[in-house]
Amino acid sequence: MTPLFRLLVALVLALFVTSLLIGPAGVGALASLKALVLGGDGPLPIVMRQIRLPRALLGVAVGAGLGLTGAAMQGYLRNPLAEPGLIGVSGMAALGAVIAIQTGASLAFALALPAAALAGAAIGIGLLVALAGPRGGSVTLILAGVAISAMAGAGTALVLNLSPNPYAANEIIFWLMGSLADRSLVHVALALPPMALGAALIATTARGLDALTLGEAAAQALGIDATTLRWRLIAGVALIVGPATAVAGAIGFVGLVVPHLLRPWVGARPSRLLPASALGGAALLLAADIAVRVITPERDLKLGVLTAIVGAPLFLHLIWKTRSGGRI
Amino acid sequence: MVALVATPALAAPARVVSMNLCTDQLALMLAAPGQLISVGSYAQDPDLSPMADAAKALPANHGRAEEIYLMAPDLVLTGQFSAGPAVRMLQDLGIPVQILPPADTIPQIRDQITRIGDLLGRQDAARDLLARFDEGLARIPQRTKGRALFYDANGFTAGGQTLSDTILTRAGWQNIAADLGITGPGALPLEQMVMATPDLIVTGARWPGQSRAEAILDHPALRHAAKVPTVTTDNTWICGTPFILTAIENLP
Repeated sequence: MTPLFRLLVALVLALFVTSLLIGPAGVGALASLKALVLGGDGPLPIVMRQIRLPRALLGVAVGAGLGLTGAAMQGYLRNPLAEPGLIGVSGMAALGAVIAIQTGASLAFALALPAAALAGAAIGIGLLVALAGPRGGSVTLILAGVAISAMAGAGTALVLNLSPNPYAANEIIFWLMGSLADRSLVHVALALPPMALGAALIATTARGLDALTLGEAAAQALGIDATTLRWRLIAGVALIVGPATAVAGAIGFVGLVVPHLLRPWVGARPSRLLPASALGGAALLLAADIAVRVITPERDLKLGVLTAIVGAPLFLHLIWKTRSGGRI
Repeated sequence: MVALVATPALAAPARVVSMNLCTDQLALMLAAPGQLISVGSYAQDPDLSPMADAAKALPANHGRAEEIYLMAPDLVLTGQFSAGPAVRMLQDLGIPVQILPPADTIPQIRDQITRIGDLLGRQDAARDLLARFDEGLARIPQRTKGRALFYDANGFTAGGQTLSDTILTRAGWQNIAADLGITGPGALPLEQMVMATPDLIVTGARWPGQSRAEAILDHPALRHAAKVPTVTTDNTWICGTPFILTAIENLP
């Protein structure tokens, strides 16, 4: 294990424990951890096991998933702007989730929620790959992404506005910005298995993505089958982004920022960037989720607000570098 | 004295439109036959209004200036939270609009009844209603039952100075949210709700369709904490009217 990976693992662990210890209930760290592990009577074990543990687990899983898919999409599309949030894959997943919730399908059948979000994400990424592909330029990708994002956002807003529920329309912000507040172990159980499957699929693309850095022709000469690579990537991204969005909303910028921050440290090799981005994404999302609880403990500040505050300046920096003629 | 008695009779409006769920109900209770010509559409929704049947006998308005102006009212009743651009436009068009504050405590409800009675020129009806309200309140024994917590969508609770607090405390329950220092409606994180170990949880009524805001009421932590009785509010918990007697009596 390289020092970078050791550092990232230690960071994720530290943030995971911090996430477990931070909350409005204001209980001592030792008592909290004891209640979490040993259980016992009274309300504290319920708080630790049913409220804080799912939140911390989803922080790790959703963050890692977004970091991983960001790195994989940037590697496959060979485009630094490819990111599930930015180009509408998360937005399409949110649309799928909202449709499953508002039609009542998720009540009839719990798995309908991640399944519908997965289908939305698959349509989003499928459209993107079809339109931009490994040869497409940044402009094609961003145009396709803007169109898909706009369509998904409008669809989500429309479905929520048509709902007979008076709260539904106010939740547009959750689906656009994401939050981990008050999620339960039910959500963890719904999201984690497909996300693990997706991560395993994306891990199998590592060699192909490495080869693709040499160009498509070189990759084919190295024995990489472009079609299976594409399908594994699409399925992997959809399996991760769909369920993650279904439980946490569309959290942007994690998949953009993390691979960019870590790329210089892994020698720009996609195969090493994938696990590093997963760890980095988990750390960033846990940190953002801790920050929302520290900054405004009484209201549910959305995660996307914080990730955008970190992500947008990086975006500006990218533009600055392109402008000055350097490669991105 | 003669003038005082004569004036309300002269000034009594003949075409009253109410555009707020709560003024709708009090106007329905107090108005003379034919005096109230329209109520807000929410008053006809049985999920929101205990007087939905009576409200359905009247044409509904949707709080829009144009439709209300065309009804040619000589008095419009509305609540503070319904007072928006439509109300300003009606005032500009020269229609008298009365904006009433929400009534959250029993004295405020009594004042509201008296005030709407005066506005409608129906002081006798208001006195009758007050007498029946007071009689109902007197029938409810003063008791101490335990600690209760109101918990609604988005983790909102009702602290002191709210109608829910009035209903809970008059029924003999101690409102935990008020003890935690919350005044008015306020968010209470789920963790603190569980840690407060209430003896009774009162959750908000569920609306048709689904929302993430209401999903918090299905959170497993709430169900674990709620090994205590849980009751759900209904349309009598929304407005400060004599219907709160039903809400108080329905509490365990």
